Amino acid sequence: MSTRLFGESVQRVEDQRFLRGEGRYVDDVLVGTTGRDMLHAAVLRSPHAHARIVDIDVSGVLDLDGVHLVWTHDDLDGPMAEPLPLLIPHPSLTHGRTQYALAKDEVNYVGEAIAFVVADDRYVAEDAVGRIRVQYEFLPPVVGIAAARAAEHLVHDDVPGNVGARLEQENGDARAAIAAAPHTLSLDLTVERSASTPLEGRGTVARWDPDIGRLTVWTSTQTSTGVRAALAAKLGLDLGRVDVVTPDVGGGFGVKINHPWPEELLVPAAARLLGRVVKFTEDRREHFISSAHERGQVHHVEVGFDDEGRVLGLNVEFWHDHGAYTPYGLITPIVTSTQLLGPYKPGAYRVVFESLYTNTVMVTPYRGAGRPQGCFVMERTMDAIAAALGKDRTEVRAVNFIQPDEFPYDQGLIFQDGRELEYDSGDYPASLQRLKDLVGWDDFPKLREEMAREGRTVGIGLACYVEGTGVGPYEGAHVHIETSGKVKVATGLTTQGQGHATVFAQVVADVLGVPFEDVDVVTGDTRRMPYAVGTFASRSAVMSGSAVHLAALRAREKVLRIAADALEASEEDLEIVDGVVSVKGAPGSGASIDLRTVAVLSNPLRYAFDEASQAATQFSVGDPGKPPVAEDDEPGLEGRDFYSPQRSTYASGMHAVIVETDPETAEIKILKYAVVHDCGRLINPMIVEGQIQGGVAQGVGGALYERMAYDESGQLLNASFMDFLMPYVTEVPERIDIDHLETPSPLNPLGVKGAGEAGVIPSAAVFASAIEDAEGPSHPGLVITAMPISPSELFHLRQVHTEESR
Amino acid sequence: MKPAPFSFVRPQGLQHALEALAADPGAKVLAGGQSLVPLLSMRLAAPSTLVDINALPDLDHVRVDDSGVRVGALARQADVLGSDDVRRVQPLLSLALSQVAHATIRNRGTVVGSLVHADAAAELPMVLTLLGGSVSVASATGTRTIPAAELYAGPLESTLHHDEIAVEALFPGLGPGEGVAFEEVSRRHGDYALCGVAAVVRVEGAHVAEARVGYMSVADVPTVVDLTTALVEEVAQRPSRRARNQGELSDQAVSAAAELALQHLDPADDLHASSAYRAQLVRVLTAHALRAAHDDAVVRGGAPG
Repeated sequence: MSTRLFGESVQRVEDQRFLRGEGRYVDDVLVGTTGRDMLHAAVLRSPHAHARIVDIDVSGVLDLDGVHLVWTHDDLDGPMAEPLPLLIPHPSLTHGRTQYALAKDEVNYVGEAIAFVVADDRYVAEDAVGRIRVQYEFLPPVVGIAAARAAEHLVHDDVPGNVGARLEQENGDARAAIAAAPHTLSLDLTVERSASTPLEGRGTVARWDPDIGRLTVWTSTQTSTGVRAALAAKLGLDLGRVDVVTPDVGGGFGVKINHPWPEELLVPAAARLLGRVVKFTEDRREHFISSAHERGQVHHVEVGFDDEGRVLGLNVEFWHDHGAYTPYGLITPIVTSTQLLGPYKPGAYRVVFESLYTNTVMVTPYRGAGRPQGCFVMERTMDAIAAALGKDRTEVRAVNFIQPDEFPYDQGLIFQDGRELEYDSGDYPASLQRLKDLVGWDDFPKLREEMAREGRTVGIGLACYVEGTGVGPYEGAHVHIETSGKVKVATGLTTQGQGHATVFAQVVADVLGVPFEDVDVVTGDTRRMPYAVGTFASRSAVMSGSAVHLAALRAREKVLRIAADALEASEEDLEIVDGVVSVKGAPGSGASIDLRTVAVLSNPLRYAFDEASQAATQFSVGDPGKPPVAEDDEPGLEGRDFYSPQRSTYASGMHAVIVETDPETAEIKILKYAVVHDCGRLINPMIVEGQIQGGVAQGVGGALYERMAYDESGQLLNASFMDFLMPYVTEVPERIDIDHLETPSPLNPLGVKGAGEAGVIPSAAVFASAIEDAEGPSHPGLVITAMPISPSELFHLRQVHTEESR
Repeated sequence: MKPAPFSFVRPQGLQHALEALAADPGAKVLAGGQSLVPLLSMRLAAPSTLVDINALPDLDHVRVDDSGVRVGALARQADVLGSDDVRRVQPLLSLALSQVAHATIRNRGTVVGSLVHADAAAELPMVLTLLGGSVSVASATGTRTIPAAELYAGPLESTLHHDEIAVEALFPGLGPGEGVAFEEVSRRHGDYALCGVAAVVRVEGAHVAEARVGYMSVADVPTVVDLTTALVEEVAQRPSRRARNQGELSDQAVSAAAELALQHLDPADDLHASSAYRAQLVRVLTAHALRAAHDDAVVRGGAPG
């Protein structure tokens, strides 16, 4: 028997290429002789947060040597001149607005695209951008949630109160439950803006082939099929004339699921008009001010609970800053409002949010997509209850857990995909016990005392979350066994470093009984798999993993059918080992046929072209009295299938951290970080752990370093990696202790749940908990209500606390 | 992020470089480029000519002599950091260099380039000022030596004339009885410090004879404060082995010293720290640096204890 690969920490097949600098990103496409005639685009972006455009003068540009094209909104027509699509409408999004590919009459954030230039190279293109003169009439900018709520000024004239959406959900009567509860608390909690900040920004290359009338677009996206559909619609092309290819992508983390970006339309349009290859590669400053941000929310919590800390009623109001436009609908605040509940079952729950316009970069999901905020709110609430009752924080959580025998558990709400928020499986008490063991929760008071004797201040915190993963509607896969015996797999969703080529090959190798090395996986190429959704919401393993599995099963069925015919055996008696089909229990001894030969037999050709096809002549398959390809069959050894689940599957996890806070400088140091993670069955534990480690690193950034610093005029003050403090390897824990719990999902054939976002979800919550705990002895009652937190801010909290306690 | 058009010259001799510089009032000198190139790419600087001095001969020296450490204009920060002679003659320079950005930047960045870039948040200008060093500059018409105390005119502004190229820096060596220390707090490893403090303490017999402390990121220019008066009463004692950095200077003395220093500083608010927090760092780091430099002096000098 071949070794089963599912569950094995198979080394990533991608890494040799990446580590040797052989990755091919959008900026590498058509570089060299094939791209000799390539032109380069640059974009004039608004320097003002809110202004009417009175006049744009491009007269100084076209006489610049090397400039081929300059466009403003006036130059666009048809669908290109319409606003960009609102990708995910929602009945509650009563005032959704999207931007134009190039601003029409008004700009609503610093960075909004106004004019588009194509030139011989990016240098000339930027020179040209510098020559465009725009006359503005300034409007008052609305920056921050407080200003948006105050609505003294409006972002969009026709959106009263700056409110894009208001959505309320309730399960039970939360306000009545709180009123009747023995104890109540209220909390105000804030999470600041941050962003995905992938190391590779956005980028698009387009080539129009006039000979065959086809457009090929390479773009750094999380959804090639989405871009393709949008492009065809906007450019007025038949879908069949547009191919979108996603080469290697240097990180997405959510920002690249939004589409089409203005440049994703303008570059292909320019390539078609000019008959030249056109490239746009976003630079870092552009990424900060013209892609998307997330996380900025302000929350008010009312909670009623009993003597044990059991939550009887929970009422949460929050305000979501969605920036200037709403192309991605309400996904982020809906996720916060539903996933806030985590592993708990409050007696009654009400949540209401307002999604607000501000004159800042628009907001679309960033890894975690509203969950980090929800987790922060819920876990801060749990910590506050524990503090109020003088109970251990783990005990308060434990009494609120959904129990293992309560699954499937319906939270009585509607999730972001429009389906019921029904948890499929999980074991939260077991997770908590493992986490306590892993981090040394019960021994921590001893450590605290020891450290205190050395004059050191340490604290411990924990946070729990549940994550709906693998949202629909579907993914598909195509598996093709070639006459070389090699297996070609295509799935339509894209890859940004997750290791899809490894895990999907593991799944296929197991089903088909072929060596892992013989399986080759392609993602995100609409020429190979035109039906797909995209890579987001921790859905690839669940969705494409399942689809790949189903498609491989179909290919296997056909292999066995043909082989059974050729070997004159029964299908049930056959097995495939190392690419050879033979009768079970007698490999090597009885009759056998290898997959190469089966592949030849599947496609009844007239001509023998290699050894495998010559070998195939010794077998005869099919009924001589019938057509060579049966009516219900087709030539080729292929399988294609789709997976479309009824609802999401719910992964969960718990993190704990021990931090040290410096009594003098308020610096925050991570001493230990522990994770217990449950994403159902693990296809490749090493890849899951990599996802967790990357997520924790990103979470450390979000909790302790990263923020978007806007001034009141709407200028982003830290639009560079010098001032936007993405952590280095020196700032993230050297080691993360990880333990896995595997409660399989009953919803998909592999029993898997998503793992991509998990690591980042509890960060703000767990650090707030631990830092507050560390400060407890010296500043009893000091409460952390806003994240991220810097040493300077912790120092101020201490000062305020000391003054207040005087 | 592409620079605006500029002319580029890469002279093979100093005289040519000086002439090229003098010929264009909009010219800038390019050495390691670790500050200039990002400014060019963001179009925050748009010189009409770049005079690349990387091909000039005989300017990459790191020499140690009786007066201290002499660093040529093309000596990379990594070369100076890697020199055992430098570490022996002026350990403070090595301590400070290890805090300058990251290894890849130090491989390319020059010591002299950092000095004349005149960033009050950078380590090297402050260290040069604290040590009372100097920079030798050349122009088409001659050469002169600028003492560190006269080198910094304002934020990112040195007193070099437009037509001058800094060719060498002199960091005086450690004097008898002296000890040094360097402390900084930054948000991330290798970032500009929120506050950085270097100290030189000289002990004579059992007493602190002199204590000078340099500050970065808490004033517009690299600032050195003489804190001797706050410490003269302190008796130099050999620190215990167990806590070498916890010297024997009293809490009272180092606090007084820090408060004295704050009178000469102007910590400002920015994205990463408030002025009050920076003042706190001045207090904390002054105390740490004075104690560590004092310990260093005592250990080096074998003072009684």
